[in-house]
Amino acid sequence: MSDKKKKKLTPTQQEYQQLAKSKEPKRPIVLNTVKAFFTGGLICTLGQAIKTVFVNYFGFTEETASNPTSAVLIFISALITSLGFYDHIAQWAGAGTAVPVTGFANTITSAALEHRTEGYVLGVGGNMFKIAGPVIVFGVFSAFVVAIIKLIIQGLGGM
Amino acid sequence: MLQGRQTWVFESKPVIAGSAAVGGPFESKCALADDFDMFSEDLWLGQDSFEKAERKLLEHACEIAIKKAGVKKEDVEFFFSGDLINQIISSSFTARTLGIPYLGIFGACSSSVEGLALASILVDGNFANNALAATSSHNAACEKQYRYPTEYGAQKPPTAQWTVTGAGAALVAREGEGPRVVCATIGRVVDMGLSDPFNMGAAMAPAAVDTISAHMRDLNIDLSDYDIIATGDLGRVGHEIAKELLKKHGISLPEEKFTDCGKIIYKDEQPVFSGGSGCGCAAVTTYGHFINRMKKGELKKILVVATGALLSPMSYQQKEFIPCIAHAVSLEM
Repeated sequence: MSDKKKKKLTPTQQEYQQLAKSKEPKRPIVLNTVKAFFTGGLICTLGQAIKTVFVNYFGFTEETASNPTSAVLIFISALITSLGFYDHIAQWAGAGTAVPVTGFANTITSAALEHRTEGYVLGVGGNMFKIAGPVIVFGVFSAFVVAIIKLIIQGLGGM
Repeated sequence: MLQGRQTWVFESKPVIAGSAAVGGPFESKCALADDFDMFSEDLWLGQDSFEKAERKLLEHACEIAIKKAGVKKEDVEFFFSGDLINQIISSSFTARTLGIPYLGIFGACSSSVEGLALASILVDGNFANNALAATSSHNAACEKQYRYPTEYGAQKPPTAQWTVTGAGAALVAREGEGPRVVCATIGRVVDMGLSDPFNMGAAMAPAAVDTISAHMRDLNIDLSDYDIIATGDLGRVGHEIAKELLKKHGISLPEEKFTDCGKIIYKDEQPVFSGGSGCGCAAVTTYGHFINRMKKGELKKILVVATGALLSPMSYQQKEFIPCIAHAVSLEM
């Protein structure tokens, strides 16, 4: 199946895929979206509450309070992952738990836990960014590209 | 003896003198729980990794099967085993513990029947008196191998399946009490161009149907003799497709006779999406549930068609389709 030509499906394969498709239960997209909206919103509300606490009781400003807030959310997410029920919440919440910083913390914690049996260096160290790695690589890269575009526009006298 | 193109008929009808089904904590609450020989209350089985835990399951299954057959370990000449972990380490390491001459096999989730057919061939051909066939799968070890870390919060679609934590073993002997292995049909690899690893049932259904029709063609029979025809782990989704495909091939099977191990193993309220899967699925259902029912006299003759998806995480990432296989074995009491 290496060459592209072979990738083309035969009529029998196409016919079968249609049959398979017709029997496939669909993902409940609307329901999933609603669940994601509420859980995601709930996590953000929690984040906002934590932030308010940092601003009002610990002398942070609106700007500096973001970092300790993320840290607390990351800690909670890592704790829930380690206790073994983050994945169950995520199956229900979908993107609601995946998109906020909690999802990112979960990818790293779960991979670290999973590969603990292979040792701390090659197991945990070598694998903890297995799922989060691509996000970091392409996140940094796109930030870089956007920054270049911004600089060019500024250089040309825009903005 | 070869009959037709791909079917072996075992003239001496080797006996499954002992069989065992072992499961994990989730399986202890499954629909077929009464038919298991042993459960572990702990997903780790007291080990420090899931891989070692799977090995323990397989060891327990083998030991129980040997014991139930009433033979000594030294009397078992050959051991066939396969599993889903890279380089089939669960099987090989279990063979190290057992110390029985060993042939490792890989047919993904079809390994149970592949092993049983090969063990029967040895016994039928007088190459062995007692041959052991076993297979295992472990939910967490398999998730790690094929998908994401177990605690990773990814939402699975309704077509996904739940890997059975379990091991099954059967001791095939020349003489003894138990169901007899009549014949086996070895499947060919079928690729219908599906590539979604979260919808294995749909990928494997054509392979099961291909093997079932080959079985009928080679033996020149219709399937009315069988009390049950059970596919391995197509799940609810794949089972519906297989039914439709059989209809298209002009094979009519009564609703109550055609079933799927992955569909019946768990209770409806257990969150397993489309159903069970993994090497252990067909193995524990056959070696536990079906064999018990045969012994009770509820079933006279059955056909087990274990299905396997022959993909690897790498082949999937390289955008390859999922080639699938199914092997059938016919048992009679």
